Amino acid sequence: MREVNAADITAATREMCIEACCVLPDDVRAALERARTAEESELGREVLSLLIENADIAAGQQVPLCQDTGLAIFYVEVGQEVHVTGAGLREAIDEGVRQGYRDGYLRKSVVADPFRRTNTGDNTPAVIYFDIVPGDRIKLTIAPKGAGSENMSALTMLTPADGVEGVRNFVVSRVVEAGANPCPPLVIGVGVGGTMEGAALLAKKSLVRKVGEPNPAPHLAQLEREILAAINDSGVGPQGLGGRTTALAVHVNAGPTHIACLPCAVNIQCHAARHVERVI
Amino acid sequence: MATLTTPLTEDSVRSLVAGEKVTITGVIYTGRDAAHKKLVEALDRGERLPVDLRDQIIYYVGPCPPKPGWAIGSAGPTTSYRMDPYAPRLIEIGLRGMIGKGLRSPAVVEAMKRCGAVYLVALGGAGALLAQRIKKAEVIAYPELGAEAVYRLEVVDFPVIVGIDTAGRDAYAQGTAKYARAGG
Repeated sequence: MREVNAADITAATREMCIEACCVLPDDVRAALERARTAEESELGREVLSLLIENADIAAGQQVPLCQDTGLAIFYVEVGQEVHVTGAGLREAIDEGVRQGYRDGYLRKSVVADPFRRTNTGDNTPAVIYFDIVPGDRIKLTIAPKGAGSENMSALTMLTPADGVEGVRNFVVSRVVEAGANPCPPLVIGVGVGGTMEGAALLAKKSLVRKVGEPNPAPHLAQLEREILAAINDSGVGPQGLGGRTTALAVHVNAGPTHIACLPCAVNIQCHAARHVERVI
Repeated sequence: MATLTTPLTEDSVRSLVAGEKVTITGVIYTGRDAAHKKLVEALDRGERLPVDLRDQIIYYVGPCPPKPGWAIGSAGPTTSYRMDPYAPRLIEIGLRGMIGKGLRSPAVVEAMKRCGAVYLVALGGAGALLAQRIKKAEVIAYPELGAEAVYRLEVVDFPVIVGIDTAGRDAYAQGTAKYARAGG
């Protein structure tokens, strides 16, 4: 049994919060640059240039790309040969979030109760999805999620008869209705199959894939291309002001489901598609 | 490019056209979900507001805390529709401009046309870049709301686009229609 000290997890988590919020990942930056080359709208190209300039300022000055530094969402793969010592794993991560959001001058955006709405003051609790995997490592992935794009997300319980067409129509219409609200250009996470909550998690997890990396299954990769083409035909464009680039990519994740079910979730991600991975 | 200086006048606001690029110099005020709720509740109780909004601009933003040496942390716009239930009330008492991003309700646009108020859009997700145009920031009301408090900001050449003008023309609708393809 390998032992990992909770303090090491806290230290890693703290750094990951700051890096994720201040440094746009290379794959996202490259996608913005490709979009700028391809964009037909002059205003659209200008918007994309300003977003790239913003990313450079943020990385250079170590300030957040966007003031919405989000809920701290973590995917944690815990090797079954690991034993965490010194504190609980969840507490260790929350402590790292507390330190990272304080020391990185990140915004604290969590309210403790959805009706009373008192800010917790330190951006905890983090939203953590644990998975037990073989091995003796802990893999942490953070993907801070802002509310502008999260609020435009949606889920529907389709029927098997709705099929691919039903999924495509639901996703495209949701993104086009959202228009300027979620800060296009977007990355669209689509989860199909599983259960109600499972589809939502499939959609969310697809957002940490490298931007534009296709699903390995050919029929799902084809669906990604079709949805992307339809979304970019909408004309919504960068910031919703018109143009070709409404989305940078569509990521579809699919999973086993019930004979009667076709759950479909769309989790919308703004252009600040932030994520950082660390293996301990 | 047009330059707006606050406080605004009805004439200057009514001359703006959707899609036009504008820069703002002067004092603007922040306010988002929680502050809007408090402002409208204060009006409902017949109280004076902690800030006189006549001919002023509200910027829908909840900034990050400032790093040492900065006036403010990252400070890009938040999505405006969440303020739609409150905005007509503030427009009716003289609010002249709003800065945000995203779509507005017909009731907000109606109030803008009637009273002569403009909806300006800033670049969503460009919080680091926009913070550089904010030279001073000070909390003037509801400090208990943290990032949602009302701040008085001094801005210089703050870049925006006229999103919806006082005739109800909408830069989003116009831009999208221009680039939409059949079947899209």
